[in-house]
Amino acid sequence: MKILISNASEQPIYEQIVDQIKALILRNELPEGESLPSIRKLAQELQISVITTKRAYEELEREGFIETVRGKGSFIAPQNRELLKEKKLKIIEEKLIEVVEESRLLDLTFEEILEMLKILYDEGHF
Amino acid sequence: MNNILEVSNLSKEYKDFKLKNINFSLEKGYIMGFIGPNGAGKSTTIKLMMNLVNKDAGEIKVFGLDYLQDEKKIKSRIGFVYDESHYYEELTVEKNKKIIAPFYRHWDENTFQEYLNRFDIDPKKKVKQLSKGTKMKFSLAVALSHKADLIIMDEPTSGLDPIFRREILDILYSIIQDETKSIFFSTHITTDLDKVADYITFIDNGSIVFSKSKDEILDNYGLVKGGLDLLNDKTKDFFLGLRKNAFGFEGLAGNIHEVRKAFNNNIIIEKPTLEDIMVYTVRGR
Repeated sequence: MKILISNASEQPIYEQIVDQIKALILRNELPEGESLPSIRKLAQELQISVITTKRAYEELEREGFIETVRGKGSFIAPQNRELLKEKKLKIIEEKLIEVVEESRLLDLTFEEILEMLKILYDEGHF
Repeated sequence: MNNILEVSNLSKEYKDFKLKNINFSLEKGYIMGFIGPNGAGKSTTIKLMMNLVNKDAGEIKVFGLDYLQDEKKIKSRIGFVYDESHYYEELTVEKNKKIIAPFYRHWDENTFQEYLNRFDIDPKKKVKQLSKGTKMKFSLAVALSHKADLIIMDEPTSGLDPIFRREILDILYSIIQDETKSIFFSTHITTDLDKVADYITFIDNGSIVFSKSKDEILDNYGLVKGGLDLLNDKTKDFFLGLRKNAFGFEGLAGNIHEVRKAFNNNIIIEKPTLEDIMVYTVRGR
């Protein structure tokens, strides 16, 4: 499990943790049932406060990504990968709509957009 | 009862200094940093908590017990570490321990030996031969060996180098792995707290400026930079502290979301450090 925290980032630290754990779940690097370190252990490892890790776990729990069992710790919750994927697809769709709208402003044809997309996709920038 | 420490309406008046109506509390399992400039009242507050001086008014509860009525009970569960060594300088670490240990009902010799080992303290050395940092670690070893649930430290990191201070922070992290333990420490070196503290209580001139979770503070405070043309009587009110120079201003704002709305994209907002917050607030507008 890899988590990297930037103190220079505008994004609050708890959000950085939430986003990175979500990404790990989506890529199935954290499979269902996998246990997470305790909030205190995570705080120690990342050298941040316990409140921050607690807040991150609470957020993940609220969104249904993890489950916390008293006295046992926190685990990756089942089922969410599909849901998360759907959410991500929705985001991609929204961004593509934006691309189409912007392209219409420039009178770009569908083929031209496709060509641009193909180049970007093949280059594997992202 | 989750509050391990509760201070309410605490007051104390000296001839030239007044501690006014101090309020804060600390939950079990967390670290609270107590910050403020020199002479703000940090040590006075801690001395009151330890009943080393008498209060004029107010209430102090530790582990839910009154600090005067149950003083003995409370003190056996507090580990007190302060910036000056209070051990017998001419005696060895081992001899000092032999004197101290019997005072504690829950002294655990094995734990003590473990910490001596871990902190690299030679028990045969006289206390006066130890470096400032090692003396500090010895104090911590004693505090941790009588199963203290609350560690109170007065300026534990002052006078220590950054490497040593980081080491102390690591020790603090390992203490609160046990969620029944809490740490309260005063400091004017706020970079130590930027990392480890869960709560920050800020005292200035005998009054509490705020006592909040560090996340809440960093979510709401911001260091704002912008052109002088943006400052007028109305916008000035956003800032708790302001510094102008020939090319623009830099100010500390306590409600960054409102500031962002008011100035749109004409300003730069940076995350403040606790030091920024302390300096700007004390210096004022």
